[in-house]
Amino acid sequence: MSKDWPLWEVFIRSKHGLSHKHVGSIHATDAEMAMNNARDVYTRRNEGASIWVVPSVQIVSSAPGDKGMLFDPSEDKVYRHPTFYDVPSDVENM
Amino acid sequence: MYSQFVDTGSDGQKGGQDASEQERAFQARIDEGISIEPKDWMPEKYRKTLVRQISQHAHSEIVGMLPEGNWITRAPSLRRKLILLAKVQDEAGHGLYLYSAAETLGASRDDLLDALHDGRAKYSSIFNYPTLTWADIGAIGWLVDGAAIMNQVPLCRCSYGPYARAMVRVCKEESFHQRQGYELLLEMVNGTEEQKAMAQDALNRWWWPSLMMFGPADGDSVHTQQSMAWKIKRHTNDELRQRFIDQTVPQAHYLGLSIPDPDLRWNEETGHYEIGEIDWDEFWNVVNGNGPCNRERLAARRTAYEDGAWVREAARAHAEKRQKRRAAA
Repeated sequence: MSKDWPLWEVFIRSKHGLSHKHVGSIHATDAEMAMNNARDVYTRRNEGASIWVVPSVQIVSSAPGDKGMLFDPSEDKVYRHPTFYDVPSDVENM
Repeated sequence: MYSQFVDTGSDGQKGGQDASEQERAFQARIDEGISIEPKDWMPEKYRKTLVRQISQHAHSEIVGMLPEGNWITRAPSLRRKLILLAKVQDEAGHGLYLYSAAETLGASRDDLLDALHDGRAKYSSIFNYPTLTWADIGAIGWLVDGAAIMNQVPLCRCSYGPYARAMVRVCKEESFHQRQGYELLLEMVNGTEEQKAMAQDALNRWWWPSLMMFGPADGDSVHTQQSMAWKIKRHTNDELRQRFIDQTVPQAHYLGLSIPDPDLRWNEETGHYEIGEIDWDEFWNVVNGNGPCNRERLAARRTAYEDGAWVREAARAHAEKRQKRRAAA
């Protein structure tokens, strides 16, 4: 068995009101240490207003092979985009 | 560079004929500039080469703390001490970003550290030189971090996503490292005669080792072609070295210091500086473990790791105990 401590993924929300964003990972034996390590490693420049740490094994991610099945269906739905619609240029504020 | 001699497992670039269908599709993605992510299929050689490159890079950040750490307790003012502490702490952080990027390729942190400690893995030759005076701290920031930035900025666009993203963070943080070093030297050259002489002496000792950071000359760099095709290296060693020289010589002149190279001259036609011959025997000596501080650096890393073993074990035991208690409650 590896002597490595469990791996945690780190997400930081910046001050600018954006969502938490994945920034990297760290090793820690428990959630409290994961939080402390994430703070030391990923917020040395005032980057953070909030931190999430998640055990890496708990993350479920899509497989590269499923890309077609998952994302192709949205490709031919141009009518979901505003540029699909013709609005005369003299109609304002739209 | 921070990873000066990364074995790609092949002597040259694998051409269209031998490559499998999957390999051709992989190369096409890279050529299109689509980034490769951890779960994507990749040739085993690409994976192994990247683990080698990223871990060498990480080891360099970690070992790189030693020469500078040497001066933390002797910094000449509180301001300088705070700056140096912050810089060394950044290097630790950079090492950690990079180890975690290497782990996305399936490498284990423990194995990477073992490889460093038993001498199988390399780190940059530059950290095997001693920091004899305070001016060396300035020279490291200005020259060593300057050379590192030259290499790392293009790596922000490398083909492997987690490595590229780690490089973006590193580059954002690194520019203060170079500036604080230059400012330190600027203060010294405007100080007493002794201080100015100390700055010149630091440049004399760090100039050539800094140029060696870019690795062997292009003709002797057998893995460059494959690494460039994979876009895990974006410029050749000599290209980056030349850019560094062209950028740094005028900075030395501004300090009123002279470059320790009697053959250095400006070539009006090419618009580049030309330098004398690099002492490649010295380079290979340091790379092969016989630089001034190789043994000392590795011994310091091993001791730090071994002395910390009880902490790692205790933390694990504590976490297990608490988990059991929670389960029982």
